[in-house]
Amino acid sequence: MSSLDQSLKVSGPGAAPDDAAAQRDRRSRRRKTANLRFKLYGLAAIVFAVGMLATLVVSLIMTGYPAFTQTMVRLDIELPASEIDAAAPSDANYGKFFRDALYGLFPEVKSPPQRRNIARLVTQDAEYMLRDTVVAYPSMIGKTHSIEFTASDILNQLHIGAIDRELPSDRRSISDAQIAWYDKLVAQGRIRAVFNTALFTEADSRHPEIAGLWGAITGSFYALMVCFILSFPMGIAAAVYLEEFAPKNRWTDLIEININNLAAVPSIVFGLLGLAVFLNFFGLPRSAPLVGGMVLALMTLPTIIIAGRAAIKAVPPSIRDAALGVGASAQQVAWHHTLPLAMPGILTGTIIGLAQALGETAPLLLIGMNAFITQQPGGILEPATALPTQIYIWADSPERGFVSRTSAAILVLLGFLVLMNGVAVWMRKRFERRW
Amino acid sequence: MNYLTTTLVLLGLIALAFTLGRRRAPVRDATWVKTASHASPGYYGAYVALWCGLPCLILFLAWIALAPTVIDSLIVGTLPEQITAGKSSSELSLVKSQIHSLAAGQAFGEPDPALSEAAARYTEFEQVSRMALFVVILSLAILTTLFARSHIRQHFRARVYVERITTGILIACSTVAIVTTIGIVVSLLFESSRFFAAVPVHEFLFGLNWEPQIPIREGQVAATGAFGAIPVFVGTFVVSTVAMTISVPLGLMAAIYMSEYASRDFRKAAKPVLEILAGIPTIVYGFFAVLTIAPWMTEMGAKLGIGVAPNSAIAAGFVMGIMITPFISSLSDDALTAVPNSLRDGAAALGATQAETIRQVLLPAALPGIMGGVLLAVSRAIGETMIVVMAAGIAANLTLNPLEPVTTVTVQIVTLLIGDSSFDNPKTLAAFALGLVLFIMTLGINIVALQITRKYREKYE
Repeated sequence: MSSLDQSLKVSGPGAAPDDAAAQRDRRSRRRKTANLRFKLYGLAAIVFAVGMLATLVVSLIMTGYPAFTQTMVRLDIELPASEIDAAAPSDANYGKFFRDALYGLFPEVKSPPQRRNIARLVTQDAEYMLRDTVVAYPSMIGKTHSIEFTASDILNQLHIGAIDRELPSDRRSISDAQIAWYDKLVAQGRIRAVFNTALFTEADSRHPEIAGLWGAITGSFYALMVCFILSFPMGIAAAVYLEEFAPKNRWTDLIEININNLAAVPSIVFGLLGLAVFLNFFGLPRSAPLVGGMVLALMTLPTIIIAGRAAIKAVPPSIRDAALGVGASAQQVAWHHTLPLAMPGILTGTIIGLAQALGETAPLLLIGMNAFITQQPGGILEPATALPTQIYIWADSPERGFVSRTSAAILVLLGFLVLMNGVAVWMRKRFERRW
Repeated sequence: MNYLTTTLVLLGLIALAFTLGRRRAPVRDATWVKTASHASPGYYGAYVALWCGLPCLILFLAWIALAPTVIDSLIVGTLPEQITAGKSSSELSLVKSQIHSLAAGQAFGEPDPALSEAAARYTEFEQVSRMALFVVILSLAILTTLFARSHIRQHFRARVYVERITTGILIACSTVAIVTTIGIVVSLLFESSRFFAAVPVHEFLFGLNWEPQIPIREGQVAATGAFGAIPVFVGTFVVSTVAMTISVPLGLMAAIYMSEYASRDFRKAAKPVLEILAGIPTIVYGFFAVLTIAPWMTEMGAKLGIGVAPNSAIAAGFVMGIMITPFISSLSDDALTAVPNSLRDGAAALGATQAETIRQVLLPAALPGIMGGVLLAVSRAIGETMIVVMAAGIAANLTLNPLEPVTTVTVQIVTLLIGDSSFDNPKTLAAFALGLVLFIMTLGINIVALQITRKYREKYE
């Protein structure tokens, strides 16, 4: 470029050579700054996109990490043998034992409304938890035990600092009296924050402090299994046919166009299809992972077919020729030689397709997988939620504790996606063959 | 006798059929070249196993799919007159679901004795159906196995037949894509036609008022419902426009930098990051919009003295734009990379700077590919659901102002269908009409986009 400039300088047109040269220099400088500016625009675009990704991840972690700890309240529960029938331990009045222990800590509080406010510091399901524990371990009857109970959402928020106690009391969800009781509990060493295992072991609940993801994770697992079982063999069969056997004619062109179009159809349209055909016409059960998996399979199929065709195409023709040369039939070539060699590529594509299916929400909403279900599903025909629909339910819930739970659920979902994509990348690196 | 037992028994029978066929294969003795067993024994086994399994599988699936409907209609037929008389199909489906929950043992209050009787009959019919399926499958499997086995003779060409059947299966699998498309079109058309029987097409397409309520009780005032979809279409347009204004410059500039300026190492590092952005589920973006972007925008608006609604089109559109950016950048990157180097060299030889080369040579050359990518992105923006469901409004609002809340086609589909499965009121059916419009729009855009990219590709290959 510089030699070009110099040659222009020698032979450039214009009135005065010096003047022209100065003009050229100016123009050249201007053009170079324009080039630099353009380059910076490009860099800024990438930095902005990466910055948005960082903002997204950071804001999710910031709001989500409190949900991984849970505040517990330790109470000394007296279980008098006179009031629990050892033959039928589940019939006793555990609410009373629990309340006796709790109110016993604050003998100065007498009025029932105030006492109810004390009870609001511990999760509403505490007495059932106590009952289940005693039923499981009947030897506890007749003694006094120190048992840790899940704190309620407001106390949890206060303990982890999500509620600012300096705020005027009408602007926070916990009253001054409750804060005083909390301070007393802390002074007695009864409050402790632990890792929130309930988040991973429990199903959904109306109370954020005991709501967990296990039901949604099993629901997603079942739906993905159905999706895999349906779409993987079908996708491979279609890819093998289209790549190895299909004649080039209008019919196969139509199939190809169809596959490409299906890959671009909005996911919600698949939901409408599932609702109208699977639920309404065939009468399959609503909210079932089976139906969710079937809809997801239809959506994943194009991805698997396209990945499968690419992988099969990458197998060199010499391998096919060699197999044909020793007398294999066309199908034997495909099943014994081409497909095994293409398998790593197909599996990589399948995992990526399944990861997409795992994050898919809209079609699952339409077939009712956003129901409120407090038990984990026992099979593919039982009502269930999935991870993304659980996120949607929690995001819609007004309780404050669900904000951080939603972020935590998203982090769990992203964790699964990173894992699946990581496996796909690893497989590509490990098994990729260059011919 | 449940379906699982039937499946297991069927699998067992298939395995048995395989061994039967295999043992029936012609023996390859010393003279086998002359007596010519055509294929290896496995093919004989596979032949019999396929004959055993395929008809049963088809029957099994058809039975499972159709049995509930048949049983329901049988049950409704046996219901006493006073229950069924003068009931619309939705009331009947309510009765049916009552019977189902009674049969499942969930009774609320004191059920009608006629209904509990029907529930008992329902349980009985279901058991009979399962039993009948088991018996039919068993006998069909045995019959077909024996039939197939009797075919096998000395010169039987088992491999040819097996391969013919597998080819048939392969073809069937590859047509699933077509069947899906047909299923989408037919179900959307069918439900929409029912909707258009209640609401005229022109009112739906050109009406300015969208209030999809239906009267809950007879003679209710001011709730007849209005199904003019223009505000919904306009809302979709506004959100998509915001998204495209964000994502086209961002994506295009990112692609230009990546393909023309960036060093290999930078490319290697930045490309996966953009791909991560594309792989994040849309519900995550939706929550991000609600959690971070929308409050931030409202705050910014308040500082500037502009009122920005918390569920404004601009917040949803902005986040959607971020989501689409990697999509546009990767397609534009492909288009730019596909431009032959001779064009770059030619421009450089004329003394053009890189920016001039890109703007005046590469972009025009890559334009068809970029346009195709942008169109695909537009169709994505129109069909995107979760971001707008979470971050945009629900009430229809006929405005072009992106600072106000608007609603979109996808939001309406979701809100109309969530929690409501009765299929004979215009409110539910309207969702299918909207779905039909959405499908036609995205399909049209996709076809045009694919056409453009395909034409372009032919140019340089």
